[in-house]
Amino acid sequence: MSITIVYTVITLSAIGTLSAVVLYFVAQKFKVYEDPRIDQVEAALPGANCGGCGHAGCRAFAEACVKENDLSNLFCPVGGNECMSGVAGILGLEAVKKDPRVAVVRCNGTCEYRPKTSNFDGATTCAIASSLYSGETDCQYGCLGFGDCVVVCDFDAIHMNPVTGLPEVIDEKCVACGACVEACPKMLIELRKKFPKERKIYVACRNEDKGGQARKACQVACIGCSKCEKECAYDAITIANNLAFIDSDKCKLCRKCVSVCPTNAIIEVNFPPRKIQKETTESTTVNQ
Amino acid sequence: MLKTFKIGGVHPAENKFSSGREIEALALPKTAFIPVGQHIGAPAAPVVKKGDKVKTGQVIAQSNGFVSVNIHSSVSGTVKKIDLIPDASGYAKQGIVIDVEGDEWLETIDRSETLVNDFSFTGEEIIQKIKEAGIVGMGGATFPTHVKLVPPKGMKAGLLIINGVECEPYLTSDHRLMLEKADEIVVGTRLLMKALNVEKAVIGIENNKPDAIRLLKEKVAAYPAISITPLKVKYPQGGEKQLIKAVTGKEVPSGALPIAVGCVVSNVGTAFAVYEAVQKNKPLFERVVTVTGKSVKQPSNFKVRIGTPASELLEAAGGLPDDTGKIISGGPMMGKAVTSLEIPVTKGTSGLLLVPGAEARRDGRMACIRCSRCVTACPMGLEPYLLMTASEKQIWERAEKEKVMDCIECGSCSYTCPSSRPLLDYIRLGKGKVGQIIRSRKN
Amino acid sequence: MSNVLTISPSPHVHTDDSVRKIMYRVVLAMLPALAWSVFVFGLDALRVTLIAVAACMAFEYLIQRFVMKVTPSVNDGSALVTGILLAFNVPADLPWWILVLGAFVAVAVAKLSFGGLGSNIFNPALVGRVFLLISFPVQMTTWPVTKQAAVDATTAATPLGLIKEGILNGKPLNELMGTLPSTSDMLLGNIGGSLGEVSALMLLLGGLYMLWKKVITWHTPVAILGSMFVFGGIFWFVDPEAYLTPVFHLLAGGAMLGAIFMATDMVTSPMTGKGQLIYGVGIGVITMCIRLFGSYPEGISFAILIMNGFTPLINAYVKPKRFGGQK
Ligand code: SF4
Ligand code: SF4
Repeated sequence: MSITIVYTVITLSAIGTLSAVVLYFVAQKFKVYEDPRIDQVEAALPGANCGGCGHAGCRAFAEACVKENDLSNLFCPVGGNECMSGVAGILGLEAVKKDPRVAVVRCNGTCEYRPKTSNFDGATTCAIASSLYSGETDCQYGCLGFGDCVVVCDFDAIHMNPVTGLPEVIDEKCVACGACVEACPKMLIELRKKFPKERKIYVACRNEDKGGQARKACQVACIGCSKCEKECAYDAITIANNLAFIDSDKCKLCRKCVSVCPTNAIIEVNFPPRKIQKETTESTTVNQ
Repeated sequence: MLKTFKIGGVHPAENKFSSGREIEALALPKTAFIPVGQHIGAPAAPVVKKGDKVKTGQVIAQSNGFVSVNIHSSVSGTVKKIDLIPDASGYAKQGIVIDVEGDEWLETIDRSETLVNDFSFTGEEIIQKIKEAGIVGMGGATFPTHVKLVPPKGMKAGLLIINGVECEPYLTSDHRLMLEKADEIVVGTRLLMKALNVEKAVIGIENNKPDAIRLLKEKVAAYPAISITPLKVKYPQGGEKQLIKAVTGKEVPSGALPIAVGCVVSNVGTAFAVYEAVQKNKPLFERVVTVTGKSVKQPSNFKVRIGTPASELLEAAGGLPDDTGKIISGGPMMGKAVTSLEIPVTKGTSGLLLVPGAEARRDGRMACIRCSRCVTACPMGLEPYLLMTASEKQIWERAEKEKVMDCIECGSCSYTCPSSRPLLDYIRLGKGKVGQIIRSRKN
Repeated sequence: MSNVLTISPSPHVHTDDSVRKIMYRVVLAMLPALAWSVFVFGLDALRVTLIAVAACMAFEYLIQRFVMKVTPSVNDGSALVTGILLAFNVPADLPWWILVLGAFVAVAVAKLSFGGLGSNIFNPALVGRVFLLISFPVQMTTWPVTKQAAVDATTAATPLGLIKEGILNGKPLNELMGTLPSTSDMLLGNIGGSLGEVSALMLLLGGLYMLWKKVITWHTPVAILGSMFVFGGIFWFVDPEAYLTPVFHLLAGGAMLGAIFMATDMVTSPMTGKGQLIYGVGIGVITMCIRLFGSYPEGISFAILIMNGFTPLINAYVKPKRFGGQK
């Protein structure tokens, strides 16, 4: 009995040792030289592997950083400035500073504002629905509501609100990797500058139809009336194709445009209630 | 044994309610909405402007490149506006809106019913006329016909196949056309043969239209170069590749065009349009449309001017049934569900099908039970269940490797799946994505 | 017009076939064999079947409802089929608690833990059966005698069991032959064996029905039975003294049940005809190897499970003939 155990142990150890030796030599033979800094840079990265930098995962980004020898075109949106300065420190390079960004969904066409005019009955993804037709409402630019953005988010930062039928971004979780921006076939999601206290002002509409038509499809559509453009003292608003756009890099959060918009298409978020304002503007304040 | 294609295929209920109804000319619309992009290829460029008076048959938008065709006014009247009009997919596309006043045709068009049999044209002249008349594939693919008639360098056509299969359930427009315009179709076929410089033509007709087979057999008796091939009823026999396989036994290689095996396929509707264009100088501005459905009062076949809103066709067929749950432009297998009845008839509209509400929605999707019916049904020898999974999981390389690009979107797989899985929905998505990837690789 | 229209991608029509209908057709196809076993084994057979079905459906419902927290899909009929198949694979007088245990292994371990219908790799009923066979070898191999048998005994052996035991005891085959039932008895099902496997004729009837209704294709059963016939035939031809006739092999044991009902399970068999042929031949050969050289008298359950494991591989390499593919 005991002799059996001894034999077993001996045999197994022998096999183990032999394999270890073989593996060692194989590993030696196939070893490729890798810049040790790649590992260092990779360690400094958040390790989310989200692809937000435009590279296939953190390792690829680290390789790119080491290879390029210049960080001006490389930025990790997840780690942000802090992480990039760390990377720059390792490589002895200069990192560009970027304002932190956050994803914003530019559609406020809730079920209430934008009535359904058809029922989609196919595989429920936005990509399939949008390649088939314009969508369940009369607004061909608006949110389809099947949540491709939600599926694609690695950070659990975007959710469908079952009441409005629209996706909502959780600002604290959003790392601005841009996956949802890519996923949205209607190009509704934009990475906008992050302001203190998560405040934002933006045109929650992408409808490029003429005013009447846009309004007919959705009560809160931008009709391109350009009142906001005239109101803005900082040149942050431009109108193109019957649609207003607020450049978050120029916006100073003065909130003047919000009150002039006749359709409440401009949304302000996380501001204290106004003192002498009519109620309608408050009702558009979305708490995200 | 009747000929048919070998791999796959399904047999949906035919429901050809309107096959006994003669083609009626539909009254002119009050306003015609004519999109400038009714074909595959670049949309035509409008050459009229607001307020212009136009005559029926006049060019109102000029072809924009080789793969593009002219658009003609289907009515006479005044151009009301050139604006975005909704197309079948709900997206607004450019179109020309014309207020109809009377019906004054261009003088050059021969409006008589007499059969013309003039073969004094050369092949080039025929192709030129076809091009000017704005003729596209009338089966629904709407590929410009003149492009097909000029084989790429180094290839030569040996056989013209005229597609009289009409394998889509419900639709009967081609069937009626074959019965009522048989002589014209034969002349059109001969013109196409001359344009292509081929010695032989075959008209393929499914066996569920014995009257059309009989009639056309009589009509071609005098022309030994043209033969009629009756085919076993099987969907999707009207697909180019399947039809070629059924008629000649040859398989178009994966990724290649029919011309690779020396064949050119044209629809019977196209042959008729060619006849009218070449012999009567009449551009393509009207077509036969089947209006049908289980609750439609009077399933009919109408001769309709391009640009007529769908609602007017329905009116003539007894009105919109109360229980309508889905409106399909085209047949039930490959047609497109539309959101509104305001969309106009275009060159590719072969039918208008109204589906009752109870049948409009799909059954709930269940897990794949690997029954392999989709694999058996696929006429391209693909594995739809696998392609769907690859597309759903976004593994595009795998989808490409499993030949997703070969899919002809016939829908046999989704039709046949007992678990009601949206196979083709995802496969189409995969095709789109893989197509993009392939194109970007080329650049 | 209903106020909003439905929009969906093509196709807009669908066959009226469904998973449910397929499953119920399988059930229908199993009824003749079930009826026969009630005829030969008495109401015991019915009791066992009902317990197995009830247990399978109950486990499926409870686990989906409370453990997986998904909408239960018991009414798709697959648990019903698994239940009947499980019952078909056990002796007609199996105690109820063993059956329930088998049903649990079949449904919970072999099916739902893989994700439910369609995701399982191994045939659930067979996994249940093999589990029971290994855990309760005595109960699982003590078969009740048929009512028609003239022998005065309370238990019967299967023909294959007789042979295997005899050979292990060193008896020559021609001596054993005398103890074997006649071919017509085997065809009819007048022999010892599991509940559903005794009557080759009734099983064939069910198989023909399924072929007619296109529930199964001919590939798998023909490949299994054909390869068993050829394989068994070669040995018999070389030495008829030592080996039994191939016809005996086809009729004995679970060959028919396995080939017609178990191996043809859609979920666990290959997708293409070609693949099914490979799969079937694999099953046939492994079965015969176990029967002729293994220590178990019957091996088709193991053979099917082994080939189930190869199914993904077969699917990955055996592709349907592509249209226009070069070759
Ligand atoms: S739609 Fe494509 S994958 Fe589906 S059966 Fe047709 S060709 Fe095959
Ligand atoms: S037909 Fe449906 S259930 Fe059957 S294998 Fe294909 S996808 Fe799966």
